[in-house]
Amino acid sequence: MSLAELICPAGTPAALRTAVDAGADAVYCGFQNATNARNFPGLNFTPQELRESVAYAHARNAKVLLALNTYPPAGKTDLWWQAADIGAGLGVDAFIIADMGVAHYLAQNHPGIRLHLSVQAAASSPEAIRYYCQHFGVKRVVLPRILTIPEIREIRKEIPCEIETFIFGNHGLMVEGRCSLTSYLTGKSTNMDGVCSPAADVEYKRHEDGSMSSQLGGFTIDCFRCDEKAGYPTICKGRYAAPHRREGYYAFEEPVSLNLSRLLPELIDAGVHAFKIEGRQRSKSYVRGVVSAFRRAVDDIRAGRPANMADLVALTEGQKQTHGAFETKKWR
Amino acid sequence: MSNIADAMLFVPRRGEAVASRLACLLVQPLLARIIGSIAGRHPSLLARLGPHQATSFLIDPIELPFMFYLRPDPQALVLRAFPRDRAPRAGAVIRGRFMLLLEMIDSEVDGDAAFFSRDLEVSGETEAVVQLRNALDDIDGSIAEEIAEMFGVPGRAVLTQLRKAYPSEVKGHTAS
Repeated sequence: MSLAELICPAGTPAALRTAVDAGADAVYCGFQNATNARNFPGLNFTPQELRESVAYAHARNAKVLLALNTYPPAGKTDLWWQAADIGAGLGVDAFIIADMGVAHYLAQNHPGIRLHLSVQAAASSPEAIRYYCQHFGVKRVVLPRILTIPEIREIRKEIPCEIETFIFGNHGLMVEGRCSLTSYLTGKSTNMDGVCSPAADVEYKRHEDGSMSSQLGGFTIDCFRCDEKAGYPTICKGRYAAPHRREGYYAFEEPVSLNLSRLLPELIDAGVHAFKIEGRQRSKSYVRGVVSAFRRAVDDIRAGRPANMADLVALTEGQKQTHGAFETKKWR
Repeated sequence: MSNIADAMLFVPRRGEAVASRLACLLVQPLLARIIGSIAGRHPSLLARLGPHQATSFLIDPIELPFMFYLRPDPQALVLRAFPRDRAPRAGAVIRGRFMLLLEMIDSEVDGDAAFFSRDLEVSGETEAVVQLRNALDDIDGSIAEEIAEMFGVPGRAVLTQLRKAYPSEVKGHTAS
């Protein structure tokens, strides 16, 4: 059986402490800049906060993983090199990287530091994963959320590193690390600026009939009736009218969250080493609820008991959950 | 209640508008004391607000006869109550039931989940709301209890009564 480490999100130092106290084996976080894919206002860590957080986690046998999982624009690498140097100096346990240049810099300048390949690298084949392992010494890959469990089992046999899969949270399936939808409407890049649907470009409008529209960059991307649940204001989860579907429909994806609580035993059996919970942008309340629920479930499975899993649907996007591609490629 | 759209909104009856204005006047000194105390105890909260220290927020507990106006500028902190018909314009508006808003301040409820369930509405500068939410979420402990503590036994009694008066009807709680 794999170790089934629980990898948990932290957008603030308080969230990191909450995750550790709730039973996280490792917590992932980022600096307050474009070097990570949750570069949101008011979120993330200063170097001093990260220093204190690493000490807090290590004192409780939890690891800290630093996300440097965006792509530096050509010729503007200083911010990423600086973040790598600071993180290494603060004693983080691993870096989560996507860009080959960042991986190369860390491998060259901080040999021995552990590298995890971010989902943002979109490495979904054994060939791609082996390339990162051989050239940069990557020790773990976070798989894109497009693979079935049998496919994960086959990949595991063909790669020399650990596998981490998402088990809860955002179900974003656009080709990760390559999605440019936000760039078209806002001029900011998810992959280089670290922000999908920047809040500064989002506006919500309530209408007389109680419905609410969400806009990004001045474009309406959805309108929720008063009896409908809402989702994040991302283009991929917007609802659009098209010549063949004039009533408006989810053209790309639906507002729904991944929840693999019932598939944990199968994932462990397939050789998944670590389970990732998405949601650095979420509150301490979310972190406490989701981490403690999965902690109990993983501990139950390790002890050979049926997992007693809490109902987390109230925390899901659109208050809907799915097993996504992990169960079948025909999930929609 | 399914969400904010069909929640019981406050509609003033005759005489209540006058009472509401009077109540707002009476609580202003208390609100000034509260915001001064919070800012003093949690300087990191204001630091995390960054450029939105200068943004004004209108916090709208939908079932109450008044709204709160907040400007978290450390040089000129403002927290005031206004009757609904006299509320000033603000950069960002946050609407929800009173207890939901209180629980969000204390991170007892997840703001995104409350938004998904439509129990929470925001309008105006979304970035300012997100930054305020994230700044509040980095506070350890309960701001509601700190405020109650400021007023001693009566303060604690009021908070206890409020929590009793508002059963856990807010969606977005973890079901664990």
